[in-house]
Amino acid sequence: MTRFIVPAAVFIALAGVLYVGVVHSPNKSTMQSALLGKTVPAFNLPVLGSPGMNLTNTQLAGRPWVLNVWGTWCVACREEHEQLLAISKQNALPLVGLNWKDEDDAAMDWLKQLGNPYSVVAVDRDGRAAINFGVYGAPETFFIDADGRVQYRHVGPMTPEVWEREFLSRIPRGALP
Amino acid sequence: MKSRAGLPALLGALLLAVSAVAVAVDVEPLPTPELQQRFDELTHEFRCMQCQNQSIADSAVGLAADLRRDVREQVIAGKTDDEIRESMVARYGNVILFRPPFEKSTAWVWVLPVLLLLVGVYVAFRVVRQRAGMVAGDDSVVDQDEIKS
Repeated sequence: MTRFIVPAAVFIALAGVLYVGVVHSPNKSTMQSALLGKTVPAFNLPVLGSPGMNLTNTQLAGRPWVLNVWGTWCVACREEHEQLLAISKQNALPLVGLNWKDEDDAAMDWLKQLGNPYSVVAVDRDGRAAINFGVYGAPETFFIDADGRVQYRHVGPMTPEVWEREFLSRIPRGALP
Repeated sequence: MKSRAGLPALLGALLLAVSAVAVAVDVEPLPTPELQQRFDELTHEFRCMQCQNQSIADSAVGLAADLRRDVREQVIAGKTDDEIRESMVARYGNVILFRPPFEKSTAWVWVLPVLLLLVGVYVAFRVVRQRAGMVAGDDSVVDQDEIKS
């Protein structure tokens, strides 16, 4: 009997290690942002549809806000659009769009046709700002607190559950309208 | 004779085709060969986050091109290799490095293979010693095996 115990133990140990490896493999939706707890990267970007106007990170400081990275080329962004519209109706947090590697005309058409959930949309034509946010696939949504620190990053389409659990819950008590 | 001449020509054509692909990814070379070499080495160290088993040097994905541009600009700006690695990790985390640093969270990546190798060596050692003992004692199990084969 004992001659089977060692191989069996090795097998179970190996299976356990592989199981952990498979479960914790860098899944696109579970990968944590490297920016958590850190100050939001500085940016100064043109505002979509307002020539000559720019949006900077300092303009947004002082209260929590949400950054949603999107593009008209992104299928999953269309998928989450209804949810973003519902979120914007709550008026709980300013929803800032980051239009990533897109074209202004296409982006404005999209918002005209599907509705505009954003308080303001910053244009990241060449993708430099997105890299500084550690973005690797749209849509991504960040919660930034009043001190300008990144508190959460969600990868993939926004859902009511994620919005409630990870975003609304991070608003300091009494700050909700 | 014909086929002998054809083979080098074919290999040459293949090589040309391969190098053409490599050039197509980044058209603009860096100002000096030294910078170009550092750029080439660094871009092979970073994972393409959208196609995770390719480096940003090998990937045709848009984000990989943006990250190559980022590396290029930092190399030209005079940043050291370590500074560039740190800036990548600060934005994307350790996962962007194909060779992650030895830290608490990554320790098992480095320790486990060595540990498993030691376990394997120990098991092999035990099995070999057991078998050696079996032959010496001329065990009946060994006899049965011999009859079957």
